[in-house]
Amino acid sequence: MVEESRESVASCLGADPAEVIFTSGATEADNLAIKGAFRAHPDAPVLITSTVEHHAVLESVESVASDGATVVLIAVDHDGRVDLDQLRAALAGHAEQIALVSIMYANNETGVLAPVAEITAAARTAGVPVHSDAVQAVGHTVIDFAGSGLDALSLSAHKFGGPVGAGALLARRDFRLSPVQHGGGQERDVRSGTLDVAGIAGMAAALRAAVDELTRESDRIRTLRNRLIDTVLTTIDGTELNGIRDPAGSLPGIANLSFGGCSADNLLMLLDQHGIDSSTGSACTAGVSEPSHVLEAMGRTRIQARSSLRFSLGHTSTDVDVDRLLAVLPGAVELARRAG
Amino acid sequence: MKVLAAMSGGVDSAVAAARAVEAGHDVTGVHLALSKNPLSFRSGARGCCSKEDAHDARRAADVLGIPFYVWDLSDQFAEDVVDDFVAEYAAGRTPNPCVRCNEKIKFAAVLDRGIALGFDAVCTGHYARLVRDDHGVALHRAVDDSKDQSYVLGVLSQAQLQRSYFPLGGSLKSEVRAEAERRGLSVADKPDSHDICFIADGDTAGFLDKQLGSRPGAIVDQDGHQLGEHDGSHHFTIGQRKGLRIGTPADDGKPRYVLDISPVDNTVTVGSREDLDVRELDAIRPTWTEGVRDGSWVAQVQVRAHGSMVPATVTAGADRVGVVLDEPLTGVAPGQAVVYYDGTRVLGSATISAARA
Repeated sequence: MVEESRESVASCLGADPAEVIFTSGATEADNLAIKGAFRAHPDAPVLITSTVEHHAVLESVESVASDGATVVLIAVDHDGRVDLDQLRAALAGHAEQIALVSIMYANNETGVLAPVAEITAAARTAGVPVHSDAVQAVGHTVIDFAGSGLDALSLSAHKFGGPVGAGALLARRDFRLSPVQHGGGQERDVRSGTLDVAGIAGMAAALRAAVDELTRESDRIRTLRNRLIDTVLTTIDGTELNGIRDPAGSLPGIANLSFGGCSADNLLMLLDQHGIDSSTGSACTAGVSEPSHVLEAMGRTRIQARSSLRFSLGHTSTDVDVDRLLAVLPGAVELARRAG
Repeated sequence: MKVLAAMSGGVDSAVAAARAVEAGHDVTGVHLALSKNPLSFRSGARGCCSKEDAHDARRAADVLGIPFYVWDLSDQFAEDVVDDFVAEYAAGRTPNPCVRCNEKIKFAAVLDRGIALGFDAVCTGHYARLVRDDHGVALHRAVDDSKDQSYVLGVLSQAQLQRSYFPLGGSLKSEVRAEAERRGLSVADKPDSHDICFIADGDTAGFLDKQLGSRPGAIVDQDGHQLGEHDGSHHFTIGQRKGLRIGTPADDGKPRYVLDISPVDNTVTVGSREDLDVRELDAIRPTWTEGVRDGSWVAQVQVRAHGSMVPATVTAGADRVGVVLDEPLTGVAPGQAVVYYDGTRVLGSATISAARA
């Protein structure tokens, strides 16, 4: 069943079954890609990543930095796009010393897509492998691993309707990796530990379903999302889109909006009372929330970042849902503004 | 009514929220994140501020089936409570940060925000009673006198009290614990919190050292003769006996106590136990729970959080309050609140500015 799942996952993503390394999720896959690549290249102590990565990448990079790696952070522009000139300049320096470039495929807070083709082309010229955290993208946009030029890619089942606690790292055969978790070497000798068969089977089934309905659904979801964005921007003062509206630059279902003068925490609470789920950029169990590092990297102030809310639309979202949100949003924004 | 229940992660606020739910109110739980650098686990006798406490609060809200949010008030808390605490010590006074937190955070920032978001009242696990009549709301001492917290609530205004809800005021602590157990709240046997929540290890002097640095000065007797040296007057409170490190004993061989702290010349004055006796207090910035009361009257006052009421005559002026105690008290420190009562009823609170024999 594991091997059938492996074949299925590979075929959904344009990969070869031998390239699929099952993990407990994308956090583990990111750790493996970054720490594993760093350890496998003892003569290449430089890692390149971006300022808007998920914490699974940023903290892994931080960890190898404390082991002696040099980290180069690539900035993003006002819309959240990776600065390709900066990336090319970083690659042009001492390419033989660079173990890995890791740039996320689609941002989890803004839905902004990375220019993967340009990134991999630049890295290929320099002879540097590229990893991408594609947690947010898999199942939400078409991914062709073989054609992407990527050397490694992380995914997580629960982001496309699968079970929590299952994920994978896709890694080309020639992508050099040292193990991070040691033991029986079950997965290609780089990932040890008994596999979660049920989780893996669930992931494969969910990915198949997500990919099958992808082309049909993504246009519908994008239409809903853009109607939400357009209506908010035109009917509520002081609002701004954090990200990109255009299909080539973003995922279909994520809308990150700033509501000037609002605490996003207050707005979230008010929308919650109407049965509408949204998300602030940051979460912390003890609640001392740092403003979103993604929005700050995009040049937003701390106050702007704290006034931003993310709405996620998916295959269950309907016109009625968007109408309901648009009906309650102006009043909630006004109340939240008064509450400070 | 729509109730915002402040949930610290402790047993009291959890049971208070449970009672609000049971009374039929529409309750939403909120945990106030007050520390800039929360610890992962509770340490010592802190009642809040660690991730473990936030988790406990969330679990209690889950058990009660109410929505739960975390509000980050760490900036405001640092400014209004912690900075003020440090500044007060630097000025030679002994502040009560819980009074300050109630005045500025729980029943101001949180209450205002809650009202603006459509809530009618803030519910907390404080041990105090609210009695409503045609004229408004009166604040009374709790039934459990050993847990009474009316002292730290004495600073609340009538407007604040009208939006407050203290479901535990009529209960004994032991009853509250038993109730938490019965309701399946995992915090039922969590130890009581005391001390200052933002000083993780309970070492107030060490905390102040980090904020204020070492500031050596003289320890003198009442005639101004130097008896020793200290590392900073913020290490001392009025009535303190331990840690003076004076080499030469007093002429009468009796122990000496801190009588006065003078931040201007950074001296600490010590003297005998008898010299600590205080009969008259001046207090500034008076607040009134049910409106200003003029003139002079016989009352009961409390001058420290873990103290009891003592008889006194209170004279109220426009912006100050004078207190003459029937019997002298020791260790009364400027900066602490004096709360004045009529029976069990809290009339108001003021900040002690001077104490005399």
